Amino acid sequence: MRIRVDEGRCQGHARCFALAPELFSVDDYGLSTALRDGEVPVELEAKARLAIANCPECAVEEVGP
Amino acid sequence: MARHTEPVLDWASDFDILDPGYVSDPFPIWEELRRRCPVAHTSRRASTWMPTRYEDVVRIAHDPERFSSAAVGVIPPVGEGTGEPPEPGEVLLAYGLPPITADPPLHTWTRRLLLPWFSHRRVEGYAATTRSIASRLVESFADRGAADAAADYAQQIPARVIGLVLGVPEALSDTFTGWVRDFLEFADDDERRVAGGLAMFRYLSGELERRREEPGDDLLTDLLGARVHEGPVDDAVILGMAMLVLVAGVDTTWSAIGASLWHLATHDDDRHRLVAEPELLPIAVEELLRAYAPVTMGRLVTEDTEVGGCPMAAGERVLLNFAAANRDPEAFPEADRVVLDRAHNRHVAFGSGIHRCAGSNLARMELAVALEEWLRRIPEFHLAPGAEVRWAGGQVRGPRTVPVRFPPSGAQA
Repeated sequence: MRIRVDEGRCQGHARCFALAPELFSVDDYGLSTALRDGEVPVELEAKARLAIANCPECAVEEVGP
Repeated sequence: MARHTEPVLDWASDFDILDPGYVSDPFPIWEELRRRCPVAHTSRRASTWMPTRYEDVVRIAHDPERFSSAAVGVIPPVGEGTGEPPEPGEVLLAYGLPPITADPPLHTWTRRLLLPWFSHRRVEGYAATTRSIASRLVESFADRGAADAAADYAQQIPARVIGLVLGVPEALSDTFTGWVRDFLEFADDDERRVAGGLAMFRYLSGELERRREEPGDDLLTDLLGARVHEGPVDDAVILGMAMLVLVAGVDTTWSAIGASLWHLATHDDDRHRLVAEPELLPIAVEELLRAYAPVTMGRLVTEDTEVGGCPMAAGERVLLNFAAANRDPEAFPEADRVVLDRAHNRHVAFGSGIHRCAGSNLARMELAVALEEWLRRIPEFHLAPGAEVRWAGGQVRGPRTVPVRFPPSGAQA
């Protein structure tokens, strides 16, 4: 599974980071980036789905297998 | 003087967010409005619209050009639009409380100055102190077997934490709380609102002068040294920003903590589950924020437009009722039920779009730490028999008294 954070949409809620800190980093302005170029280890796929389903801006997306 | 509320006969055409029944239990009213007339209107105080659907609230929050933050207060000041002279506080704070009361471009650069003070990294640094504040408070009543979860606990935490950000002594936290309540909770009482605003303004002005002489590691010092467009930031902007931090960081978080403890006191299954599965806390915190989102913000319509089939005219007000959006069954199945492990949860308790709550990391941390420390010492608690739970509403909704009983810690098995 591969994910990304759409930086045009991200408003810095940091909900993805709060729920899945293993998958995201946040900067001082709250903007999130997917770690490891968005590559999600198999054991963290459930957490990635949680991050996607909790973003109020729909900025976290699954972009590929 | 407070404007007393007349009874509401039709919520769709004459709503009143200060109606006592609405303040204590707005949920059935929103449900009826969503079915019958999802964008309600009132002419009380000012011509104001109130969308109750998630989709409409989010759309407005994402359209700052048509919906300006020039009127974020949910209770318009008396005299607004009547041509009467502005109040003293409004003259002193010529730029309002940016970024919350500002539109771009003022919003953009003031927000950028503020955000690093509430970044995840900074907030991690406040967590240990927050935990010791919470733990000390719980210890102060754990042996008694009774406490007011709102007044003795929830209310006591955020003002102290915000003091850390502003670099002011903890001893002033009750004073801060009093000012903020006058300014927000009693905003329909013009005298109290103005008095609370002026007191904060005077205090922060004095602090700002002191920082010029004695710089510290705090927000005021940082803003004094900031350079924007190659110049220093106007004092009125700095004071407005500092006042915002105080106003926005106190009874919002206090309300979220209080409502969450009220929920756990009245829902045995959820309380037992959270005690048994502490790893649920991060998800449960989001669900409690969804279900009891404290904040409603106002917007001013800048050009004639339409939302959900309702025509809105320039100059009218709109309430961004984030709490109602969070209870919309179209966006959240079983919206009126708290599901502690709700997996799909795009709640907007902290707003949406460019005005997303700048302090959301801090608030989330405070709520999580406050619940953890309470549950660690007092895992079993209930509302006191015959207890009167009093809710405050308007700009910020939350319980002001939540009397609870629990086995005194000495007596616990």
